[in-house]
Amino acid sequence: MIEVENLSKRFGKVQALNAVRFAAADGQITGLLGPNGAGKSTALRILCTVLRADAGTARVGGVEVGADPVAVRNRIGVLPHDSNVYGNLTARENIAYYAALQGLDRKAERAHAVDRVIAMLGIEDIAGRRAKGFSQGQRIRVALARSLVHDPDTLILDEPTNGLDVMATRALRDVVRERREAGCCILFSSHIMQEVAALCDRIVILAAGTVSVAGTTDDIRAATDCEDLEDAFVRALDSGIGWTGEEVAVGR
Amino acid sequence: MDGSSSRGATVVFRKELIDSLRERRSVVSALVFGPLLGPIMFAILISFVVARQVDEIAQPIDVPVVGGEGAENLMSYLYRRLIDVDHDRFADVEALREAVRRGDAKVGLVVAEDFGQALRSGAPARLWIVADESNSTARVPLSRLRSALAEYGRAIGANRLRLRGIDPFVGRPFAVLMDDVSTPSARAILLLGMMTYFLLFSTLLGGTQVAIDTTSGERERGSLEPLLTLPVPRRLLVFGKLAATFVFMAASLAVAVASFAVAVRFLPLAKIGMTANLPLAVCIQIYLVMLPFAVLGAGLMMVVASYTKNFREAQTYTSIAMVVPPLPILLVVLNPIQPSAPWMLVPSLSQHLLVTGLIKGEGVDAIHVLASAVSTVAAGALGALATVRRYGSEKLLI
Repeated sequence: MIEVENLSKRFGKVQALNAVRFAAADGQITGLLGPNGAGKSTALRILCTVLRADAGTARVGGVEVGADPVAVRNRIGVLPHDSNVYGNLTARENIAYYAALQGLDRKAERAHAVDRVIAMLGIEDIAGRRAKGFSQGQRIRVALARSLVHDPDTLILDEPTNGLDVMATRALRDVVRERREAGCCILFSSHIMQEVAALCDRIVILAAGTVSVAGTTDDIRAATDCEDLEDAFVRALDSGIGWTGEEVAVGR
Repeated sequence: MDGSSSRGATVVFRKELIDSLRERRSVVSALVFGPLLGPIMFAILISFVVARQVDEIAQPIDVPVVGGEGAENLMSYLYRRLIDVDHDRFADVEALREAVRRGDAKVGLVVAEDFGQALRSGAPARLWIVADESNSTARVPLSRLRSALAEYGRAIGANRLRLRGIDPFVGRPFAVLMDDVSTPSARAILLLGMMTYFLLFSTLLGGTQVAIDTTSGERERGSLEPLLTLPVPRRLLVFGKLAATFVFMAASLAVAVASFAVAVRFLPLAKIGMTANLPLAVCIQIYLVMLPFAVLGAGLMMVVASYTKNFREAQTYTSIAMVVPPLPILLVVLNPIQPSAPWMLVPSLSQHLLVTGLIKGEGVDAIHVLASAVSTVAAGALGALATVRRYGSEKLLI
């Protein structure tokens, strides 16, 4: 469960986030949609505890990120924007490194966790290879495996499908759906409407640092009065429809 | 929390060590460039200096002369002193001066036209030496010519006094003798002083690549942000990376000391009356007194690399930073000082003084070793703290 209220963040003269409010429920995939520079990454980075908000609150599993970042870090799995793995380490070593840093101290326990996510992502064939020569799709899969190794209940994925081909994108979606069935709260950002529509249960559209509209795809079609989703997205960005107040009611 | 968190630093340390060992650039700069380049440059420099000193004493020097026809006795005296006078090379004084200015001739001699007449009449007979004192290669020929002329003049003067029935020693109230008390080892110091400089430099060079790779390199490659979302205190991330950098610097220092110990055996130091011997026990002592400098180096390079935005910038700033620590040594070479407790508080200078003492075979004061280690490690700790501060700030990612 992720709850964000009146979140604001400024970098110099740029107001990256302006009183943003949204929520993401457990057992659901919530899509954070917006054009480049809308503030998606900033919001996700605050939730990942690597940035601090100027104002407002952000809670993960009921824990305020600013107040107890370590507790939040223990329960989140993160795939930051343009993140990479270590080229000199094998896929398995990359994952084992994160497992150890997540506090899986016992060797057997760690090996078990690493094997589990390697199987989950289907990367057995590249597990023993050094990551230097990996394709973008292989790198993302290793990065995702490493973020899942401690079995987090919250997943924060920042444009994970960037640069992936169709097959890699599908494989990634399958894993994300599988995590949803396991009851995870998943927050997934993208700047592509179709991408979000294909995967997400609910969508939050962010434009110029504020939430423009939020809800299911049907809600968004209704709010923008557009049948076509892409038109709806463009209208949501243009007209500044404003927050409907609907999305805080997570259970609906 | 604390038990598992200190393990975080160990996990980071081991990973960075493996990662860097698999990076050819890091290994080459740690174990090849720094440690081997230093001794090689050093050996070339020393061989050059030794060869020149040996050459210049034994070999005749060329001295073009203008107007030498009127001073035949002087000319043959110079010739006997291994000074090859050449009357035909330059027609006039201007041509000689120009050649010396250009460096074609190192030193020249002009004999005044009335030289013979003045000598016979007892008036001072004039000679000019033409030289460029800023040309260091002319220094030895110049002093040889000068002393030969002075000696010849003294001989003539002594004869004149004797002819007049006066003891020549009347005009020489002093007999100044030179007693050089420098031991062969101590003389070697002047040259071996450079060794400390190369050792410090090798140490820094050995870990700089690792410091860059683990900080701004990791950030540029996009591996830092996911790392920062893990439940590991930031200071432990820094300590792990710092430890990996330290290990590379310490290894580089070890190779550098060993290669110096070997290089010294092959240098023709004995030819110029020097002995330089680095037995294993002395090498180990040198290594131990230098080791704290690796802590300082690791702290310094980490803080510099972590405050830069990318790899390229980090390389620029670390190369600048690499010049700073050995600077005190240059000051001491220009203005020698004796080891004392206050100087031991200056990192790099203290290592230089201690290592010099060890090579001289004078031994070192335990208090000095302690002061040097504590002040140097403290300086490294400051760098580490500044890096921890940087890692605690969100500016690291922006």
